[in-house]
Amino acid sequence: MAEHYKPQKYKAWELTLEERFQEYYPPLSEREATVEANRCLFCFDAPCMVACPTHIDIPTFIRKISTGNVKGSAKTILESNLLGATCSRVCPVEELCEGACVLKAEHKPIMIGRLQRYAMDYASENNLKFFEKGKSNGKKVAVIGAGPAGLSCAGELAKLGFAVTCFEKKPMAGGLDTYGIVVFREPVQVSLSEVKLVEDLGVSVKTNMEIGKDIILDNLVNEYDAVFVSVGLGNVPDMKIPGENLPGVLDGLDFIEETKVKKLNEIKFGDRISIIGAGNTGIDCATIARRLGAKRVTMVYRRSEAEMPAYHFEYQFALGEGVSFMFLTQPIEIIGDKKVEGLKCIRMDLGEPDASGRRMPIAVPDSEFILPCDMVIKAIGQNKPNEMIAALSKYGVETRKGYIAVDDETKRTKHAKIFAGGDCIRSHGEASTVMAVQDGKIAAAAIHKQLLGTASPNEKHLEPVLTAPVK
Amino acid sequence: MADLSIDFCGIKSPNPFWLASAPPSNSAYQVQKAFSEGWGGAVWKTVGAPVLNVCNRYGTIDYKGSKIIGLNNVELISDRPLDVNLREMKETKRNFPKHAVIASIMVESKKEAWQEIVKRVEDTGADGFELNFGCPHGMSERGMGSAMGQVPEYTCMVTEWVMEATKLPVIVKLTPNVTDIVQPARAAIRGKASALSLINTINSIMGVDLDTFAIKPDVGGKGGHGGYAGQAVKPIALHLLSAVASDIEVQKAKVPISGIGGIETWQDAAEFILLGSTSVQVCTAVMKWGFRIVDDMIEGLSNWMDSKGFRTIDDFVGKSLPRISSFGDFDLGFQSVARIDHDKCIHCNLCYIACNDAAHQCIDMKSMKWNGDTTEKLYPVVREEDCVGCDLCSRVCPVDDCISMVEINTGRPHITWNELVKQKPEILEWDKMEEYRKTANIHIH
Ligand SMILES: Cc1cc2nc3c(=O)[nH]c(=O)nc-3n(C[C@H](O)[C@H](O)[C@H](O)COP(=O)(O)OP(=O)(O)OC[C@H]3O[C@@H](n4cnc5c(N)ncnc54)[C@H](O)[C@@H]3O)c2cc1C
Ligand SMILES: Cc1cc2nc3c(=O)[nH]c(=O)nc-3n(C[C@H](O)[C@H](O)[C@H](O)COP(=O)(O)O)c2cc1C
Ligand code: SF4
Repeated sequence: MAEHYKPQKYKAWELTLEERFQEYYPPLSEREATVEANRCLFCFDAPCMVACPTHIDIPTFIRKISTGNVKGSAKTILESNLLGATCSRVCPVEELCEGACVLKAEHKPIMIGRLQRYAMDYASENNLKFFEKGKSNGKKVAVIGAGPAGLSCAGELAKLGFAVTCFEKKPMAGGLDTYGIVVFREPVQVSLSEVKLVEDLGVSVKTNMEIGKDIILDNLVNEYDAVFVSVGLGNVPDMKIPGENLPGVLDGLDFIEETKVKKLNEIKFGDRISIIGAGNTGIDCATIARRLGAKRVTMVYRRSEAEMPAYHFEYQFALGEGVSFMFLTQPIEIIGDKKVEGLKCIRMDLGEPDASGRRMPIAVPDSEFILPCDMVIKAIGQNKPNEMIAALSKYGVETRKGYIAVDDETKRTKHAKIFAGGDCIRSHGEASTVMAVQDGKIAAAAIHKQLLGTASPNEKHLEPVLTAPVK
Repeated sequence: MADLSIDFCGIKSPNPFWLASAPPSNSAYQVQKAFSEGWGGAVWKTVGAPVLNVCNRYGTIDYKGSKIIGLNNVELISDRPLDVNLREMKETKRNFPKHAVIASIMVESKKEAWQEIVKRVEDTGADGFELNFGCPHGMSERGMGSAMGQVPEYTCMVTEWVMEATKLPVIVKLTPNVTDIVQPARAAIRGKASALSLINTINSIMGVDLDTFAIKPDVGGKGGHGGYAGQAVKPIALHLLSAVASDIEVQKAKVPISGIGGIETWQDAAEFILLGSTSVQVCTAVMKWGFRIVDDMIEGLSNWMDSKGFRTIDDFVGKSLPRISSFGDFDLGFQSVARIDHDKCIHCNLCYIACNDAAHQCIDMKSMKWNGDTTEKLYPVVREEDCVGCDLCSRVCPVDDCISMVEINTGRPHITWNELVKQKPEILEWDKMEEYRKTANIHIH
């Protein structure tokens, strides 16, 4: 959505609360979709297809929209990405497919994301089913965590004839797609219908089942032929500053989750909100706070605009939503008697580059000040899945920078039966839904090969279809 | 500023842009509005025999989001009473004396009928006639329209009847629905026609509705061939125009030609004029956008004429006709190869797949760093020694001037096919052909 995720004239005061949380982009009409699809050059060995982490055959699905074969288009998408409906809404397309579009340089890139959504909406409106549970091959696989990585792996395995059980600690499956993506970007329903798609393939999704609490990992390792770990990451870590436990200090993910599962008018929010951190989660918290009606939302970030982890289009979007930014500002204490009353900050300057290559923020002496606010939202990343990692260490599973270490080609850990994918292995690169989906696909193919000794028939969808010989 | 006015066998017009005989020239209201917006002339919607029209008269071809690339119709000639049309023609000519008002006529194949209508039209003050020998549907089944235009003897005969009855200029409008358009053109000339116009619409069926299996357009459950017009027919019209305009008999008779078929812009008009038209007629483009398009047509043509140094339309009528030749006279020694400008390449690889699947497999994908690339990228690269110069890749390339066909010289003899078979009739055998190719340095891949 990124290319089209730009600031628009948004007048919150002219919209009802419900309207403000509708999907940001209306669906394309049939005519809009056809005209846009016809703009596609139908490149051969297309760069967009290489750039998509799940390597959807983009020119083919777009051509099918242009000819009116929308059913075939949806099939092409889902063959490479069972979560095509979510991805069409949440992918940072500007960085991925649309960023690679050959029309980008001189023209507008094709709206690949929105076309994909058009085909996916068509499939769901018409209740189309493309895949069936494969003929049973007698093997059992356990999947831990029903986020995009887990669902993708489970679905692909079920297509191949595996008996798959997916354990999910939350009441609903879908992972962050269900609980973490702001609702005006992806309605909960879209994520849940993907869960349904996977269940229809015969996957048993057991919610409210936390591995490590309700069942221990050992049972799964013993009872199943393979285990796929896709637990994602944890809560927002502590900032380790005074006042952190005051009422009014929120975990950003919890804040977003409320807007996904609660009635909008029942959500409590402050009038003046300070958001700590300037990544994707921070931006999401800031924009929903504004849409809920918060009068003043300020993002506090210790480095400058240039180092900010959020995508540029997200920054632009937030500005358009009336969010203010305080760069080179570090929070040092949350002030308040019984509840949050202000955020004490100190001004920063940028010094020499640190290990990450970004310039180090250095405090400016005597520059402390208090930012009055009644709510502080922490959005400074997510904890590593430490408990799961501890349980896995018993099986010789190693870590890389605090994440589960896997072989890139197979997503297998050091233990032959244990595979992992999604955010919990993302020690490098951007954590995103689409990468998690691809991990699930790769692991499913590797599990097939390992347990049945033959290449999975879905292996052809692991790589982009590039057919020209290169000299 | 160029002078756009024309004298078309005595019919004066402030510019060469005329409404074709069709719905836009159906009434005084329309024609006068068109004149006030800049059209130089109008061939009135055909008048004559009484008719009844049907509903759903149009079918269109839409292409990739563009509406009406081609338009098909099953409309008949004017269904308004003859005396109304004549009264309005008179009023129009009175109000716009400097504009060309031409009456298109069509009646049953009887001398008295043709001569009577000619007399009645003359009373309106119209500048001339166009004989509609082209309507391919409805009228033809009644022995009129293209039923006449398809038989040269009838074309000649009716033209003679009309010429006998009037001193005004008479244009014969030809149908494209014949094997050789030169035959009816010559027949019109034998009948002493003052001018020719072409093309009328082309027989066509627009399609089949995949839900209902109905024919498009669907006239209450039935469909049939109708006349095809609009942009899609322009190349066919240009060919037929050039065939007529370069015919020796037509040239001897020195009759002007009014070009019709798919004209939408001043560029289209200029091409028709370069191939022998003196005036051009437009129907579909007006049906799509209204009369207002003429403003750009006039201005664009005039600017172009200024840039080319043409002062009058006559300066370039038929200027490209001498270049119309035929395969047997093309230079077999002219050689070109495709060259790709890698600075412009956007990596769509469309040239690669076109050459590979549909031409001569001489574009390779090479991994290389070009100008300023930080990493290696795949580029299509032409193996020039294997390129046959067919030009397909440059046609499919979506980037302007990225692939050009460059002339090269490998010493092939400059000879035409006709000369070659005269000199070496033996090359019509394969083994001799092979020998010749070797000596002429022609390699086939
Ligand atoms: C606020 C926010 C916004 C984001 N926006 C985008 C975006 O716009 N576009 C994008 O591409 N990506 C976005 N991401 C990233 C994206 O959501 C993740 O990369 C993706 O969800 C990772 O999928 P996953 O399956 O690895 O993990 P998750 O989606 O986190 O799923 C893990 C699942 O495992 C379950 N689980 C954890 N532990 C256990 C256990 N012990 N037993 C059973 N179940 C367990 C969890 O409840 C969860 O359902 C965003 C992330 C956040 C936090
Ligand atoms: C709806 C319609 C009705 C037409 N009626 C007539 C007609 O009555 N007499 C005639 O000579 N030509 C008629 N024509 C043919 C046009 O004059 C013209 O020759 C043809 O449409 C090609 O020009 P274009 O491509 O600009 O439309 C008609 C065409 C259309 C589309
Ligand atoms: S001109 Fe024809 S043969 Fe030569 S490179 Fe292009 S497509 Fe291939």
